[in-house]
Amino acid sequence: MKTKLRILLWLCLLLVSCTPKASEQTLTIMTHDSFAVSEDVVKAFETQNNVGLVFLKSGDTGTMLNRAVLTKDSPQADILYGVDNTFLSRAIEEGIFEPYKSPLLASVGDDFKENLAGMVTPISFGDVCINYDKHFFSSRSLAVPQTLDDLLKPEYGESTSEVPLLVVENPATSSPGLAFLLATVAEYGEDGYLEFWQGLKDNGVVVVNDWDTAYYTNFSASSGKGLQPMVVSYATSPAAEVIYASTPLTESPTASIIGENTCFRQIEYSGILKGTKNLELAQKFIDFMLDVQFQEDIPLQMFMYPVNNNASLPTEFEKYAQAASDPAVLDSTLISEKRDQWINEWTEVMLH
Amino acid sequence: MDQRVDRGDAALNWLARWETRFKDSGAALWIFPLLLLLAFFFVPMGSILSIMFSRTDPIDLGQIWRPLGFTIWQAGLSTVLTLAAGLPAAYVFSRFTFPGKGFMRTFTMLPFILPTVVTAAGFNALLGPRGWINLALMEIMGTSFPPIDFLNTFTAILVAHVFYNIAIVIRVVGSAWTQLDPRLEQSAQVLGASSSRTFREITLPLLKRPILVSALLVFLFDFTSFGVVLMLGGPNFSTIEVSIYTQALSLLNLRMAGLLTLLQLGCTIGITVLFSKASSNQAVPLFPRLQGEGTHAPKTWVQKGAILCVVLFLFLLQVLPLGALAARSVTRLEADRGQRGESQTGLTLDFYRELFVNRQQSYFYVPPVQALLNSLFYAGVTTIISTAAGTLLAYAFVRKPRVRHWLDPLVMLPFGASAVTLGLGFIVTFNRPPIEVGSFPFLIPIAHSLIAMPFVMRTVQPALGSIPDSLRQSAAVLGASPRQVWWNVELQIIRRALLAGAIFAFTISLGEFGATSFISSPRNPTLPVAIYRYLSQPGAMNYGQAMAMATILIIVCGISIWLLEKLQGEKHANA
Repeated sequence: MKTKLRILLWLCLLLVSCTPKASEQTLTIMTHDSFAVSEDVVKAFETQNNVGLVFLKSGDTGTMLNRAVLTKDSPQADILYGVDNTFLSRAIEEGIFEPYKSPLLASVGDDFKENLAGMVTPISFGDVCINYDKHFFSSRSLAVPQTLDDLLKPEYGESTSEVPLLVVENPATSSPGLAFLLATVAEYGEDGYLEFWQGLKDNGVVVVNDWDTAYYTNFSASSGKGLQPMVVSYATSPAAEVIYASTPLTESPTASIIGENTCFRQIEYSGILKGTKNLELAQKFIDFMLDVQFQEDIPLQMFMYPVNNNASLPTEFEKYAQAASDPAVLDSTLISEKRDQWINEWTEVMLH
Repeated sequence: MDQRVDRGDAALNWLARWETRFKDSGAALWIFPLLLLLAFFFVPMGSILSIMFSRTDPIDLGQIWRPLGFTIWQAGLSTVLTLAAGLPAAYVFSRFTFPGKGFMRTFTMLPFILPTVVTAAGFNALLGPRGWINLALMEIMGTSFPPIDFLNTFTAILVAHVFYNIAIVIRVVGSAWTQLDPRLEQSAQVLGASSSRTFREITLPLLKRPILVSALLVFLFDFTSFGVVLMLGGPNFSTIEVSIYTQALSLLNLRMAGLLTLLQLGCTIGITVLFSKASSNQAVPLFPRLQGEGTHAPKTWVQKGAILCVVLFLFLLQVLPLGALAARSVTRLEADRGQRGESQTGLTLDFYRELFVNRQQSYFYVPPVQALLNSLFYAGVTTIISTAAGTLLAYAFVRKPRVRHWLDPLVMLPFGASAVTLGLGFIVTFNRPPIEVGSFPFLIPIAHSLIAMPFVMRTVQPALGSIPDSLRQSAAVLGASPRQVWWNVELQIIRRALLAGAIFAFTISLGEFGATSFISSPRNPTLPVAIYRYLSQPGAMNYGQAMAMATILIIVCGISIWLLEKLQGEKHANA
């Protein structure tokens, strides 16, 4: 018995001694799974400030925000990066942020600075747009639809083409799906958007739960070679198709429909989490994220656009990605107030 | 210091007094698994649920019934289909020897490790609108429209559930079937019973318990199904688990998510108790047989036909989708990809080569070998923890049936726990050193063990229960120490079941994605997490690399299982 106890004690000791010792100063950034950054950009900040950066990734934007909200009494990170304008007001209401206004906001366009409440800083943006299979439309000499209204025309309907030509994601489970729903609300208003969706349903549309399935299973121009020549994806996807091609391409097999209100602009924000013990350093990092080096790293790492006007775009982006000139805009306070209702109404029309 | 020693002695005395009580209750057997469960399941689950219910989000009871009804319906149907497909396979594997048996046995385990996103890609390559089967049918029938509409249907959910879980039936029932005393069936036939009557009145009753066990495990897996329903079933189908995901992470309605989680847990307890009741009056003591005693080469044409059917079925169900996946990992689609139908393809190893290149100099790039090692480390630790804990539990339940009554449903709870809720629970609970999400290396294998432990327990328990007391007693009478009895008698008998459990633990850990994605550290992802990363960006290279990584996962897992089985086989040959 005594020996057993001794062994047990030793094991406990071992366990305690295994715990990591407090190391150099660290700054922790909580973010979503799509966050990416170049190694040398991280190193640059680390050496400039003699600090170690730690990234906590937890799932999609919703999961990340939940994590921040659930742990707001004992925050697990100093900075939150990646909350977007569909979640922004909810995040601010939860009171998880420490106010901060970066001086570098001066070189950011006014469009990005609405509803910040002095709490968050815009870092990047991307447009959710319909991507289309160029070959499909050119081989059938079919004109590419230019507006949301066009999608309701019979030539893009199931009756003409045997299969639905468009695949969209479920807004309840997918963030581009939600963004596209918001684009239709912006275009047709709260009173008219359901009518559009009913028309789309009648004309033929495929709904799937997630972007992976939509893009890789249903979309005809992806490696999955599906049946639908149009998919709700990002305006930068055509550039990604070139950059991540299996054989070098000179032209993207896909392009985006970037007419008025056909795209929804997602803006991603970064904020300092309340309760941080490294306030000064956290502010420095926010500034760093807005500065040119980090901003110019964004496109090829995350396939989003920088918000800083001084940041230049990589050639692949200049050539193959199209930012929407007239994206759909909705007030983020309105979004957070109505998003559940819109999702539920959409579900009633499209799935029941 | 001296006072401490005194206190220590007092504590020891106190402990000694409790030792007898402790032994009577068999607590030595179940205390470790129970502590594991308390610390890593009940505490995180309790704290997240209390947070969820302390919020004021609106509750809409009307949104509960549809997913609940569908969840039960699809799980029931999937279980019946899995049993219908798995039992003939279990019979063939436990009764006959045939060429390629080892390969097929190993192969049936492989789907278990695959993250759904990869399985979806496999089924798409095979049955999708431009999958091989549809292309072939379009060629034959001369149509331009794919005749099979598989993805986003109820059928896809059912097929995927059978695809994933048939291994449970084959392994659990098969290992019991192999242990059956063939003399019982032989005597029945000598006494004039037809082979169908022998099966109905001798074999089936003897197999009732393992069949129920496998049915319970399959049902619970299907009951909490998430990825399959989400990705293969599409938006028209929603299980409770999918609703929890939507409520918690998309609508941010945590109270609703908490309610649904409780509902799912309640159902899990209910189902477990129901199954326990159904199988409790069983436990026919049997003299276990030598391994391989009951197996032989097929003699009649009927037997050969049965084997052929089973092998063909498993080939269609499992080998083809995985094969299609592997084929995609070495196939390059030419630049002109719009050409529908006539896909110009070329063979390439580019996707594998590219895995080793950090093309974008990403801070989060992980070489495939590192992801593989992470996965193998977690899987190894999971196997050790869950095999030890699961076996202890099996012993506790066989020796102390009273303990089983209250502990059994508790042990099964992690099975029915929402991965989303538990993941959030881990995040809330383990947020300071030494146990911190993202840095404590044992958190992931412990989370995996919560699911693997009941699995091991369920597979070992029937084998343990079948050991007649007289066998132990005679060994003891012949002078064997308790330790020798355990090593030479009991272990030899339960070894097969133990191995089956260990392999399940290993594969569960290798393939687990849901909880892992919450708690893995971004610079040390597991293989499934790394695969998912590639599939979240457009581009043929990303897709190809995901397929290549999945193929690596399949091959490594196949080799590991094959080695484990081989190890077991050789041990037997030496004995």
